[in-house]
Amino acid sequence: MSTDNKLQVEAICHGTVIDHIPAHIGFKILNLFQMHGSDQRITIGLNLPSSALGSKDLIKIENVVISEDQASQLALYAPQATVNQIEDYQVVAKLPLTLPEVIQGVFRCPNSNCIAHGEPAVDSSFRVLSEADDVKLRCKYCEKVFSREIMTERH
Amino acid sequence: MANTLYNKHIISIPELSRDELALIVATAGELKARPNPTLLKNKVIASCFFEASTRTRLSFETAIQRLGGSVIGFPDGGNTSSGKKGETLADSVRVISSYVDGFVMRHPKEGAARLASEFSEGVPVVNGGDGANQHPTQTLLDLFSIYETQGRLDNLNIAMVGDLKYGRTVHSLTQALSKFEGNRFFYIAPDALAMPEHLLDELTAAGHPYSLHSSITDVVPELDVLYMTRVQKERFDESEYAHIKAAFILNAAMLRDAKPNMKVMHPLPRVDEITVDVDKTPHAYYFEQAENGVYAREALLALVLNEQVEGVAQ
Ligand SMILES: [Zn+2]
Repeated sequence: MSTDNKLQVEAICHGTVIDHIPAHIGFKILNLFQMHGSDQRITIGLNLPSSALGSKDLIKIENVVISEDQASQLALYAPQATVNQIEDYQVVAKLPLTLPEVIQGVFRCPNSNCIAHGEPAVDSSFRVLSEADDVKLRCKYCEKVFSREIMTERH
Repeated sequence: MANTLYNKHIISIPELSRDELALIVATAGELKARPNPTLLKNKVIASCFFEASTRTRLSFETAIQRLGGSVIGFPDGGNTSSGKKGETLADSVRVISSYVDGFVMRHPKEGAARLASEFSEGVPVVNGGDGANQHPTQTLLDLFSIYETQGRLDNLNIAMVGDLKYGRTVHSLTQALSKFEGNRFFYIAPDALAMPEHLLDELTAAGHPYSLHSSITDVVPELDVLYMTRVQKERFDESEYAHIKAAFILNAAMLRDAKPNMKVMHPLPRVDEITVDVDKTPHAYYFEQAENGVYAREALLALVLNEQVEGVAQ
């Protein structure tokens, strides 16, 4: 964490810092982790200056430790983000953002004729297909393939 | 080879291996040559058509009965009590599969067969078509017909004509033939109905050559199989359709330079994309192909419901 961020967004004692989120994606990430319903203190920085991204969003969540599983879902939205676990104001772990093989129960299938809609006993499920730097998702049920953007923009 | 299809769900062509496809084709040939009315003896098979499709249903039910099995089910889900009462598919499948040894189904929604396979408590599900997604038994009968007429499933020149964008039969047939070696694909379609990019990418990744064309006659002399499909009127405005239609209709004169072994196939029903004068040429094979649907479905059901199928080299 660079000092200029510390100046702009208050440091936290214990929790998680998600940094280097592309600008305008921050709110989606909060939504993804269902943070809006949380009682924890959340500090958000939007459109912060970033040498790598131009501008970026940053989220600090107090007393919440994001799991590797959650971090891998984050990879779909913001592949270059960094997830740091903080204890006693220090970074104690950096979570790797590796794409999961399967994403379950997060996205609704964009295909309106997919059987996964309207069947309460099943979760949506997508296999992550990555070729070079292109990421696509294939619905387990209708087998249709969707781009990363289609999935994350709708959500 | 061992019968790896035993007790397996048959949902989607890409998940069948080359050996499994070859086994089904060989078994279909065997059952066509030597009918066996005992392979499904004492088995009850559900034939549940949540969407009407008379040909596919009759073909499945004929296959079941010719192998000595019995059928329960319905021809049109819209009229069933579960359909009317809005029961979920998961619940319908749970109940019906508790009655039967095998479950053949067709459904208007994509992914229905996969979902059914998760609720059938181990009873094998055979997909008879799920929306615009998969129709694996159509592809199996296509493969059987190609094998029967050409004596092989590799080193073939195959053209597919018509609606290649939405046509699930041509997608699945491409995926199935790409599991064999040396096949070359010719795609003939209006620009608006061209083969989806991701399928062409799959071909490239598998090392199969393909080319795109706007005229049937250009490629006829090279072909072993000419697979015709319908261009749906609804996808175009009237003047556009008239123009497109003319370019993608096959008539007997266009087959003048075809190789003797070349066969014309079509999933049927045809509307006007093959003129009737083609029927009398030695190239027409679409009616035999439809008949082969019964043998392909017999083979599939026999393999799924029997650990060993006698008489078939395994
Ligand atoms: Zn889907």
